Amino acid sequence: MTNAIETNQLRKVFGDYAAVKGLTLQVKQGEVFGFLGPNGAGKTTSMKMLLGLIGPTSGEASLLSQPIGNREAMRRVGFLPEHFRFQEWLTADEFMLLHGQLLGMKQDDLRQRRDELLERVGLTPFRKKHLRTFSKGMLQRVGLAQALLNRPALVFLDEPTSGLDPVGRRLVRDVIREVRVQGTAIFLNSHLLSEIEVTCDRVAFIQHGEVVRVLELASLSSDQTSVTIRVSDLAPESLNGLSQWGREIQRDGEFVHMIIASDKVLPEVTRYLVSQKAEVYSITPNRMSLEDIFIETVGKDGGL
Amino acid sequence: MSAITIIARLTFREAIRRRIMLAGLVLGIAFVIIYSIGTHFIFEQIAADTAANMPSQMTANILKAESTNAFMMMGLYAATFLSIAMAALLGADTLAGEINSGTIQTIATKPIRRADIVLGKWLGFTGLLGLYVLLLCGGIVLSTFIQSGYIPQNLLIGLGLIYSESVLIMTITLMLSSAFPALATGGIVFGLYGLAFIGGWVEQFGALLQNDTAIKVGIITSLLIPSESLWRRAAFEMQAPITGSFGSPFTTTSVPSPLMMGYAFLYLIVVLVIAVRIFQSRDL
Repeated sequence: MTNAIETNQLRKVFGDYAAVKGLTLQVKQGEVFGFLGPNGAGKTTSMKMLLGLIGPTSGEASLLSQPIGNREAMRRVGFLPEHFRFQEWLTADEFMLLHGQLLGMKQDDLRQRRDELLERVGLTPFRKKHLRTFSKGMLQRVGLAQALLNRPALVFLDEPTSGLDPVGRRLVRDVIREVRVQGTAIFLNSHLLSEIEVTCDRVAFIQHGEVVRVLELASLSSDQTSVTIRVSDLAPESLNGLSQWGREIQRDGEFVHMIIASDKVLPEVTRYLVSQKAEVYSITPNRMSLEDIFIETVGKDGGL
Repeated sequence: MSAITIIARLTFREAIRRRIMLAGLVLGIAFVIIYSIGTHFIFEQIAADTAANMPSQMTANILKAESTNAFMMMGLYAATFLSIAMAALLGADTLAGEINSGTIQTIATKPIRRADIVLGKWLGFTGLLGLYVLLLCGGIVLSTFIQSGYIPQNLLIGLGLIYSESVLIMTITLMLSSAFPALATGGIVFGLYGLAFIGGWVEQFGALLQNDTAIKVGIITSLLIPSESLWRRAAFEMQAPITGSFGSPFTTTSVPSPLMMGYAFLYLIVVLVIAVRIFQSRDL
């Protein structure tokens, strides 16, 4: 299967400052790829290069098997820029029509798609209103709808939830899941760890214009799970017995923390505790959080 | 619908929605009304004076036509200036402003050529300026005709040249706007216009005083920025024979050649091509 995005040593220099030092990555078709890094790490510049807005100083890249800037490829690409700005004197309806026309969509399909998407992002009641009257959250929603008009094979979202309230953030997450199911690849720029954690299949950490680590997020839950057990009447020797399933066992009142290799051992741990006549109230596995890995990767100074 | 047409229509719609059209229409109508009121009394006076003092009907008619033409040319000169201001205002913010705000990003990532964006805007502005020039200049010519029955010679060529001047200024503005911020663009355009204006004057006086060096300075300025030469050719085409022999900014003594007109049109096309090239190669 060909990749949705492929880059090889993509580099952008502004004056004597290298904003992106040498970006090499692959995004598979149909996956949600998180691009995570501190502010100023080169995320937006990278995205703009992939979209053909900024010309790379050197290196190469392809989108949907076409070189960047190819118009046939752009017909199947959607984009929601950061701090989304647009023709504020248009109504939401007109705005969607304009972008659909620029995508070369057929009139009937466009109207149907516009209605569907405005409904999906909850803007149907405001479709005749001018965009200048919209709140930041509403603009972000109409921007997202615009990015999905052409049923894209690849969507770029640059900080899509910045400035959104919790309801709006939830909506963006849900929409990302829905389009993923339809086989759309998503390239998501974010500095919000929690957002990446719940939506992405893979994540690349970017720092000082370079990818420092690429991680499968699915692997986070199975390796290296920490678990918190709430238990009473646990004898000290029974506590020591837990070491056969895990390490770094700590007791804190009625809470026991330990790190296990896999959550597959949890049923055994439960049976053991019951057999030791301990009173078990809860067993909670905690994935090693992306935040822990992020801090470990970029350092506590956030890569400044 | 082609991308150029979509952008041109968008440009038109923007001018309507942002009330630029309305402002142009209201002020344009006010301009024509004031011209009409002023000339109404002046023409009346001229008619009375010539009827009383002139030895023959023929002399009276010639003098009346000459003075009517002079006032009309004055009105057209003011209208040309307003059209140029409108051209600079329309063009200055368009690319620069949209690049600055980021509005251009969702447009430029659509499956269209960047050239389509520039050409679409150019086409939209060309249409808007056409309406504006027609309102101002058409209003003046019509008002003069209704009041005095006077129609200048070569009217369509003259108005076409005035229109071309505003399109030329708009094109230069668009080119600058693809490279510089809006305010800098506006400043440079008015600076260039001033340069062309003073160059034109130097050439006019040079012609009156028969000073070749002054004429050459004017011609070189016209080569650098040929906007004013379009006005002077327009004035030459439309002016009455005697009025034209006096030097004034409203008339022409040193006539730009047809070759210069050809140069001005070529200049316009080259500037448009450069505008497209700059916009194609820049980071957005």
